[in-house]
Amino acid sequence: MGQDEMKMYHKKTLVELSVLLQAGEVSSVELTEYFLARINAHDKNLNSFISVTETQALAAAEQADAAIKNGTAGPLTGVPIAHKDIFCTEGVRTSCGSKMLDNFISPYDATVVSKLKQAGMVMLGKTNMDEFAMGSSNETSFYGPVKNPWQSDRIPGGSSGGSAAAVAARLAPAATGTDTGGSIRQPAAMCGITGIKPTYGRISRYGMIAFASSLDQAGPMAQSAHDCALLLNAMAGFDDKDSTCLDKEVPDYTAELDKPLSGLRIGLPKEYFGEGLDAEVEKVVRGALDEYKKLGAELIDIELPNSGLSVPVYYVVAPAECSANLSRFDGVRYGYRCENPVDLMDMYTRTRGEGFGAEVKRRIMVGTYALSSGYYDAYYLKSQQLRHKISEDFREAFEKVDVIMGPTAPDTAFKIGEKSDDPISMYLSDIYTIAVNLAGLPGMSVPAGFVEGRPVGLQITGNYFQESQLLNVAHQYQLNTDWHRAIPEDFL
Amino acid sequence: MSLDADEVKKIAYLARLKIEEADIPGYVSNLSDILDLVEQMNAVDTAGVTPMSHPLDAVQRLREDVVTEGNQRELFQAIAPKTEDGLYLVPQVIE
Repeated sequence: MGQDEMKMYHKKTLVELSVLLQAGEVSSVELTEYFLARINAHDKNLNSFISVTETQALAAAEQADAAIKNGTAGPLTGVPIAHKDIFCTEGVRTSCGSKMLDNFISPYDATVVSKLKQAGMVMLGKTNMDEFAMGSSNETSFYGPVKNPWQSDRIPGGSSGGSAAAVAARLAPAATGTDTGGSIRQPAAMCGITGIKPTYGRISRYGMIAFASSLDQAGPMAQSAHDCALLLNAMAGFDDKDSTCLDKEVPDYTAELDKPLSGLRIGLPKEYFGEGLDAEVEKVVRGALDEYKKLGAELIDIELPNSGLSVPVYYVVAPAECSANLSRFDGVRYGYRCENPVDLMDMYTRTRGEGFGAEVKRRIMVGTYALSSGYYDAYYLKSQQLRHKISEDFREAFEKVDVIMGPTAPDTAFKIGEKSDDPISMYLSDIYTIAVNLAGLPGMSVPAGFVEGRPVGLQITGNYFQESQLLNVAHQYQLNTDWHRAIPEDFL
Repeated sequence: MSLDADEVKKIAYLARLKIEEADIPGYVSNLSDILDLVEQMNAVDTAGVTPMSHPLDAVQRLREDVVTEGNQRELFQAIAPKTEDGLYLVPQVIE
């Protein structure tokens, strides 16, 4: 390897960068400057960052270098990372992709942010996202759409589209994301990277701006399952400040990565391979399944009979919870306030009417309607009953199989603008991911190939708290394939 | 399930959202489509099914009723749209 190739740090995984840092072959300041320069050179067009925090990043990198020198460093010390702009970051704008919070400088750090800070990671900036995480294409952002690094006239997926695009374009070795109905897995699939949404309650939601509290879960997005395992080690764990965070021991997620897969039982839900799935995407996914067969796994047909209802159920649960969560944005304590309000009601309605974008307003109104007097039983109660049935389907499936596999999304990335006037067709791009959130299960997306130059993701879903197994299953695939190492041509 | 313009205006009022008159027809159509999608739930009989409140049946954790956070009024009010003497200012409510 020549000197120049050695310095192509963006071609290295987080794990490889960690080794270089520990060995003193590169400093955190050098790495941080390297990635900041890449953001400078490439992001004007890509639009994956809302804020770049250069000064703080270099200060954090110096601290990381000191820790490496005095022997107090961990595996993540000095590695740069980008945070989705949904996580509160002390002293740094936290916009959630909305005009409502365009001027919001958070007075505190989210638990995820402070944990990764404690682990020595260096924040490069905050990534673009659909407004309040409501969207599947990153087009609802107040800061404009993010482009897909593979084909710039296409969407990167959403809502964690900025995080996915930044990692895919190698502007950051890793990023944080959140997933309410597929917002880590779907953009990971569209951009050809690896992302995991852990079990509901595994990672603290404190300081993560709430969308639908019973579904929201944070997770890492990176190049490989091994990278994600290291990040999850630092992100997971009990937090007193989140009442839904579960008090359960965090295993070392790298410990089982090397387990062989012989005898692994993989369930293939017939509902995930039926009508609506693009034929070329299906071919790619079947190809990945063949690879698993070669690794000794057994493929078993299963059924998730109620999964077809997950989109309708989600569009009651998520809007209902969002209408309650977003009532806090009233123009009184922080964020946007309209000009010259004539009275209190005028201030509330104009602040919210002007501060929120169209998709957010749609969802607040759907939720308000579903929760309004006389409609509770028909909508919210019914949806929670169906949620139970959807979870039961998974429970029965996991009596027969270890993991469930299928496509992450029914198609590859669509064109920017193609679905923006048609909410329903946009909602259906999360048809395979939503049920996992409704049941609270862990799920991940792994790059499995391409259709016409656009990445395809394989979705792997596990039983509660089986993140180690998911990462193991993904890692073994990545040892035998190199889809996850592919870099878009414009970012080589 | 289709909504009319008056219903959409009522929902917007309940949600404290000012919607421009010109945008009402768009919301009427989008919200009606979303409610049509949601109606698919009625295809399944859920009589007697327990509603799910938490995927792992976790119960609300309780803690001692003690002060855990100090007063940080100045820090928090520094980002408020309008304050005076430590109070948040809003348009006059009482004549």
